[in-house]
Amino acid sequence: MATQELDLYEVFLRSRRGLDHKHVGSLHAEDHEQALEYARDVYTRRSEGVSIWVVRSGDICASQEDDSDSFFDPSDDKPYRHATYYELPKAVENM
Amino acid sequence: MDLKQATMQYVTRLADDSIILSHRISEWCSNGPFLEEDLALQNVALDYLGRARMYFTYAAELEGEGRTEDDFAYLRDERQYTNLLINELPRVDFAHTMARQLFIDVFNTLYLEQQMQSKDVTLVAVAAKATKETRYHLRRSHEWTLRLGDGTEESHQRMQKAVDSLWGYTHEMFDVDEMEQQLIEAGIAVDSAALRPQWLEKVSAILTEATLTVPEDSWVVRGGRVGYHTENLGHLLTEMQFLHRSNPGVTW
Repeated sequence: MATQELDLYEVFLRSRRGLDHKHVGSLHAEDHEQALEYARDVYTRRSEGVSIWVVRSGDICASQEDDSDSFFDPSDDKPYRHATYYELPKAVENM
Repeated sequence: MDLKQATMQYVTRLADDSIILSHRISEWCSNGPFLEEDLALQNVALDYLGRARMYFTYAAELEGEGRTEDDFAYLRDERQYTNLLINELPRVDFAHTMARQLFIDVFNTLYLEQQMQSKDVTLVAVAAKATKETRYHLRRSHEWTLRLGDGTEESHQRMQKAVDSLWGYTHEMFDVDEMEQQLIEAGIAVDSAALRPQWLEKVSAILTEATLTVPEDSWVVRGGRVGYHTENLGHLLTEMQFLHRSNPGVTW
């Protein structure tokens, strides 16, 4: 079986201490079930995880490089969205 | 035969099964159909190697003559090896490998469950670890049997051919000789003969689900437990033992 006949899946792992699943890589598989098993075999050989998510790469809707001007630049000049922009009144002391 | 001596021989049989199968699966390393499956197969091979080490170490301890796991694995010749023949057969193709795994995984699922009830605490400890591994192995071989059996015309044919050519080697798994009988009565060994009906039922259900035909019991090959092997074991040992024999006592 050639890998080009297989689908690409993205693998997310939650480590023993972690609270969220983190992207760790990708793999080829025939379907979700097989992808989950290969994720176990390829990405958890050294006890890296206690929970696995697999997502077909084609099902991920991703932002495009071309969009970055309109997506991300506008927030660069809005420092008031950061908590650090505001001075804490003395009366508040510790927050 | 004294019980300790019998246990030592019995444990050596289990060790031989594990190391020979491990070696056969390890031959897929870098030859797998694709990277993910290559790694998955090596995980299985390593599980069996781990079992072999536990059994060999225990056998050496029972023998009490100062031999080590390496002496058992690398310095015995084929007539001294007592593995079941099915483990030593060549890997042939992926279908043969998966059919063999299916037969052995179903067998081990049943076998290890019984081994957990043994009066021998070391055998119980090994079974407790191995049974988790085997559940995963079976999940894989079950799914691959379905994929190949109920896949393309070629994969179906190859899988059926593999099932047919291995079937005659499965009977030996359920043989119980005098030595094992003695250990079964002592509550140490597993009565593998009693597992055959359940094994047949499970394997038949999976083969049928995979649109494969369950073979007739028309031929049987046995002999592994008494050291009579197929021509394949000698070749396997030549490769497996070469390094140790040409560099005695070598360590990493």
